[in-house]
Amino acid sequence: MKKITLTIDHKKIEVPEGSTVLDAARAAEVYIPTLCDDPLLEPFGACRLCIVEIDGYRGLPTACSTPAADGMQVRTSSAMIETNRKTSMNLLLSDHPLDCQHCVANMRCDLQYVAAYVGVRGDNPYQGEKRSYELDDSNAFYNRDLDMCILCGKCVRACDEIQGRQAISFGYRGFSTKITAPFDLPIWESNCESCGRCVDMCPTGALFDKSQLKHGLPTGETKTTCPYCGVGCGLIVETKNGEIIGVRGDRENSVNEGHTCVKGRYGWEYVQHPDRVKKPLIRKYLLEGKKKSEIDKSSSDWEWAETSWDTALDITASNLAQIRDSHGADSIGFLTSAKCLNEENYLMNKLARQVIGTNNIDHCARL
Amino acid sequence: MSNYVAIRKWADEEVSSQRADKARIAIGLGTCGIAAGGNAILEAAERTLANNEEIKADVVSVGCIGICYKEPLLDIEIPGQPRLSYGPVTPGETKKILENVFIHNIYEHKKALAVIDDDAFSEIPSWNEIPFFAPQERTVLRNCGFIDPEKIEDYIANDGYAGLSRALLDMTPEAVVKETLDAGLRGRGGAGFPAGRKWTIAADNIHTLRESQPDLPSYGYVICNADEGDPGAFMNRSVLEGDPHSVIEGMIIAGYAIGADYGYIYCRAEYPLAIDRLKLALEQAREKNLLGENILGTDFSFDIKLKEGAGAFVCGEETSLIASIEGDRGMPMPRPPYPAQSGLWGIPTIINNVETLNNIPVILSKGAAIWAEKGTEKSKGTKTFALTGKVENTGLIEVELGMSLRQVIYDIGGGIPDGKEFKAAQTGGPSGGCLPKEQLDLTIDYEALAEAGSIMGSGGLVIMDESTCMVDVARYFLTFTQFESCGKCVPCRLGTKRMLEILTRITEGKGKIEDLDALEELAPSIRDSSLCGLGQSAPNPVLTTLKYFRSEYEAHILDGRCPAGQCKALITYTIDKVDCVGCVVCLRACPVDAITGAKKEIHIIDTDICTRCDTCRQVCKFDAVLIDGNLL
Ligand SMILES: Cc1cc2nc3c(=O)[nH]c(=O)nc-3n(C[C@H](O)[C@H](O)[C@H](O)COP(=O)(O)O)c2cc1C
Ligand code: SF4
Ligand code: SF4
Ligand code: FES
Repeated sequence: MKKITLTIDHKKIEVPEGSTVLDAARAAEVYIPTLCDDPLLEPFGACRLCIVEIDGYRGLPTACSTPAADGMQVRTSSAMIETNRKTSMNLLLSDHPLDCQHCVANMRCDLQYVAAYVGVRGDNPYQGEKRSYELDDSNAFYNRDLDMCILCGKCVRACDEIQGRQAISFGYRGFSTKITAPFDLPIWESNCESCGRCVDMCPTGALFDKSQLKHGLPTGETKTTCPYCGVGCGLIVETKNGEIIGVRGDRENSVNEGHTCVKGRYGWEYVQHPDRVKKPLIRKYLLEGKKKSEIDKSSSDWEWAETSWDTALDITASNLAQIRDSHGADSIGFLTSAKCLNEENYLMNKLARQVIGTNNIDHCARL
Repeated sequence: MSNYVAIRKWADEEVSSQRADKARIAIGLGTCGIAAGGNAILEAAERTLANNEEIKADVVSVGCIGICYKEPLLDIEIPGQPRLSYGPVTPGETKKILENVFIHNIYEHKKALAVIDDDAFSEIPSWNEIPFFAPQERTVLRNCGFIDPEKIEDYIANDGYAGLSRALLDMTPEAVVKETLDAGLRGRGGAGFPAGRKWTIAADNIHTLRESQPDLPSYGYVICNADEGDPGAFMNRSVLEGDPHSVIEGMIIAGYAIGADYGYIYCRAEYPLAIDRLKLALEQAREKNLLGENILGTDFSFDIKLKEGAGAFVCGEETSLIASIEGDRGMPMPRPPYPAQSGLWGIPTIINNVETLNNIPVILSKGAAIWAEKGTEKSKGTKTFALTGKVENTGLIEVELGMSLRQVIYDIGGGIPDGKEFKAAQTGGPSGGCLPKEQLDLTIDYEALAEAGSIMGSGGLVIMDESTCMVDVARYFLTFTQFESCGKCVPCRLGTKRMLEILTRITEGKGKIEDLDALEELAPSIRDSSLCGLGQSAPNPVLTTLKYFRSEYEAHILDGRCPAGQCKALITYTIDKVDCVGCVVCLRACPVDAITGAKKEIHIIDTDICTRCDTCRQVCKFDAVLIDGNLL
């Protein structure tokens, strides 16, 4: 790919053609504050914080939307930039609740960070009406508190560009502009699939997982792979006091670039549910070596009993062998699962065809 | 014989046969004419004809000729005689005039406004002698009010489609682009970007795209921006209603020049008459092979679709407009890419205003040099304006660029009514600036207006007199821009909101002097950091009123006084002891019983109860009700 070279704050940097000025600044490790940009989304140009000065360009172009060009001279700071940036930040904060300590997004809020970077100090010179909406807690997994929303549009674009659902969009105009589901209905009544990508991308506390209401910040994070299907999405499991308190997609994982489906992101409560079966269970009569025809199903013989993996596997194996010997290999069928890895499915295939000797094997994805 | 010559011949014959032995009664049925009661005039004319068999005439509707304050207009054109214009007329007068002219051969000269021809009747002025028209220069409005917009033959017989014929049959696309470039025509939609330059960029991009991707279904689009969302603006509407073919012809020429294969007219749905006439015109043009496949027998094919906008001001902004055509919410996108690089459906697209496109046929048929004789060095040609507000003659006007504001207001507009003083002229629509008396000699061109802190915009021109409060004016325009902000970017959505809150506070008498600092900080910031033209220009009314009328702001804040006597919270109503005759009219009219007194006694207003609704002042026949001690 063709490369272009530009200068950002005296740093020369080479980037592939098609990069934006912001991409180049990131490559050069020059920080430019942003609130509406995400490398995974198309440029939008809403927050106006990433303004820069470029020789030969009129006014204050936004780094996130301006294509980088060969020989460009970019400045990321000047009196003009700082003044305008501070005004935009003060305006944003003039329409935002200012009780960070009680906010679910405390310490993981981009708005908080960028405001600190811009350095807004003292009383906000712009005071006035603040938008106020009813909390939308209709979704089973996340809440929408639009009082916190800064209208960066990331959720709208994530839903459209990544998940492809277009469940939400901008509604109304002027100061009354808000993110809405169709006809301004509760989000649960839209075609939202609860993938949670909007929540993941929201730079404020406007969108948050319900689980975050119970816990504060996690104390640990573990990278793992989603157990639900064979795609193998990368997850980051957030923990606290030895318990899972949240899951988010792993952006560094090239399989899913941080995206998940509803199950990967929100279907984790079973992991620590008291009803969860953590050891093999087997009917008591099998442990005692009895035959099914000999037992009374209302007796304790028919009950489940905990056992070790070795015992459970041994009993299963010997019974399978016995069925094959007495009824023939084709009396047995194997059904595998999309939750298994390719390797596991391969092994199941070996077991069916080579060990048992039947071609009766199928997979849930084909049913 | 080329196709065009044949079409022209047909049109000339049609028109002369329609007119040769039959008189024509033309009624102004632009939206202004309709609003003034034009339909009743049409009915009256038709009834008169039905009742008098001896009157042999066609009744036709024409577009707005511009002199809106004289609507409804009735024009009579008898073969071999000059065309007479009467207005404003009532249905009764219509009947009388028609019977007098046609049956009794009496011309109601006193009622006649003008003769649309030379000085055939010495007692009636020729239309271009009357002060409203004399200083005007009609290029854009060349046909408005003269031709029947629903008849293609009328347009063709007036040189319509001659420019297209020249372009298609005698010129290469490159030569057409060059002609437009040479004319120096600047976009009339607001920003004044040279049309030829835009076309050059689009033509280059379309060419490159054709070379690199030979199998695309289309390579370029021409969009006519007929959104005209400025409140009070009706320049584009009049052209669409009165001369729809001129815009269609301009689009086809543009399409040929840049190599586009499709056009869209984005017209606001609030213009039903314009939409009907455009639809009809498109059909007629297709029928005459002026639109569609192999236009005029050449290899060039081009068709046009009409798209109705749903009434958001911001959809006039080009990237929003494109989003709206694509079925998305109209929200501006950052440029680059410019539409000429990647526009509708990602294909190079030019967007031009109605008036820009309307000029193109003239440039092509007369040649760039002749067209460019009008105007100043950098602002060529003429420009239409919707002249409204506190001026004697309101209406649609067209002047040569470079004319002074004073000439427009006093010569064409006839000055300020009721002997009041001129205070300010607002150019450029809701996001234009307010220019004071000292700027009256400013010439109307793109550079001079920008220098003075205003913009040309699309041609709004609101005149204000001494009874206008400039703080309230700024508040009014901000209310509009804040409401119409698409809400996407921070400076515009929240900046205009905060400015509006401050301005409202000041007009309510709750302003603080620091508020002026906040306005002075906010306004330039919003201008410099907003994403689109709406936000970038929204502070103009604030910036210019602060610059030219700062003392008025200070009077509100420091003295608790509204010098123009408009801001309700800051004014008191009193009754003049000398002039009050004690007639009890105001006392009875006051809806909140704030007035006490008795017959033949001087009345008194209790200012605590008074809601400043102005009723008493309006009903008093003796000018005894005063605002802040003054008679307004
Ligand atoms: C908020 C906003 C509203 C606009 N509305 C209109 C409009 O109603 N009509 C129009 O022709 N241009 C409008 N424009 C300007 C267009 O973006 C564009 O510049 C114009 O249509 C280009 O045509 P021109 O070069 O022929 O002027 C608007 C711009 C902004 C920022
Ligand atoms: S909800 Fe969050 S992501 Fe969506 S627009 Fe508001 S702040 Fe941005
Ligand atoms: S300037 Fe205003 S109208 Fe334009 S994009 Fe920003 S918010 Fe929308
Ligand atoms: S990050 Fe560029 S405008 Fe928000």
